[in-house]
Amino acid sequence: MTQADFVNIVMPFKDKVFRLAKRLLVSKEEAEDATQEILLKLWNNQEKIEDYKNVEAFSMTMTKNFCLDRLKSKQAQNLKIVHSNYQDNNTSLQKQVELNDSVDWVSKIIEALPEQQKIILQLRDIEQYEFEEIAEMLEMNQTAIRVALSRARKTIREQLTNTHKYGIR
Amino acid sequence: MVLDSKHIERLLEKYDNGETTLKEEQQLREYFAQDTIEPHLEPYKPMFQYFANTKQETFTKDVPLKTKKRSYIYQWISVAAVIVIMFGIFMQFNNPAPKTFSDLSEEEQLAYNQAKEAMDLLSTKFNQGTSNASVLGIVGTQFDKGAEKVEYVSEFSKTTNKILKKPNKENKNK
Repeated sequence: MTQADFVNIVMPFKDKVFRLAKRLLVSKEEAEDATQEILLKLWNNQEKIEDYKNVEAFSMTMTKNFCLDRLKSKQAQNLKIVHSNYQDNNTSLQKQVELNDSVDWVSKIIEALPEQQKIILQLRDIEQYEFEEIAEMLEMNQTAIRVALSRARKTIREQLTNTHKYGIR
Repeated sequence: MVLDSKHIERLLEKYDNGETTLKEEQQLREYFAQDTIEPHLEPYKPMFQYFANTKQETFTKDVPLKTKKRSYIYQWISVAAVIVIMFGIFMQFNNPAPKTFSDLSEEEQLAYNQAKEAMDLLSTKFNQGTSNASVLGIVGTQFDKGAEKVEYVSEFSKTTNKILKKPNKENKNK
C-alpha cells in the first residue's frame, strides 16, 4: 500500500476522528496529537487494514479508547488538560452575539456530560452515524445507545431552556 | 422547505427520546437552520447550530508518514545472509557429487589414466630411490664407527703428548 492509497482510505474519516478526540479531550492541541497518533498507528498496521471490514468504525473505536486512556492517565497524574479554545471553535460562523453565547453554552453543557453520552451524542448528532454503526464502534447494544442519547439530548435541552429563560428575564 | 411546527414538535419529542431516524433528524436540522423559527422552539436552535458548526471542523495537521526504512534494511540483510548461507551449503553438497569417474568425458578419462600411470611409474622409481638412499644411511653408521675409532687415536695422542711434554718442562727448569 502506498502513501496515496492510505491517504485515500483515511481521508473520509480523519476529521471525524479529530472531532471525536476533541469532544473527549476538549483541547485542540491534544486532539490533534491524538489524531496524529491514531493515523500513525493505522499507518504502521497498514497490512492489517485490509483485514478489517470497516476501517472507519475500527478507527473510531480506537480513537475512543485512546482518548479515554489519555484522560485516565491525565487524571491519575492529577493533571488537567489545559485548553483555551472555548471561543474559537465556533465563533467565526456566528453573526449574532446572543446566539453565539448560547452556542458556546451548548459546548459547555456537552462538556459536562458523562463521557459515554458525549461519545454517543458526537457520533449521532454531529457525525450522523446510524445506530447500527455506533453499536459496532462502541460494542454496545442499540437500546443502551438510544437511552444514553436520549438522556444527553434531554440534559442539553433542559439546560438550554433554563439559560434561555434567564436570558429573557 | 416549510414544515409546520406541529410536525417539528412531534419530531422533537421523538428526538428527545432517541427514536428519530437520521432522515428525521435531517429535517430537524434543516428546520433549525432557517432564520424564522417558532418562538417556543427557540431553545433548540443553538443546539442544532452547534452541531452544524462542529461538523465543519477539520483536522489540518500534517501527519508524517514514515515508511519503515530501518526494518526493511534489516529484512534485506537477513535475506542476504540466508542466501549466502544457502549458497555455502549448496556448494558443499553439490560440488563433489557429480565428479565421479564415469561423469568425465573419454578424453578426460584417458588423460586421467595417463596421468595416473605416470604417477605410478614415478612412485615405483621413487621407492627405488629411497632404497638407494638407505645405503647412505649405512654409510653414515659406518662413518660414525670410523669417527669413534678416530677418537681412540686422539686419546692416544694426548697421552703421548703428556709423556713428551714432561721432559720439556724439566729442561726449562734446569
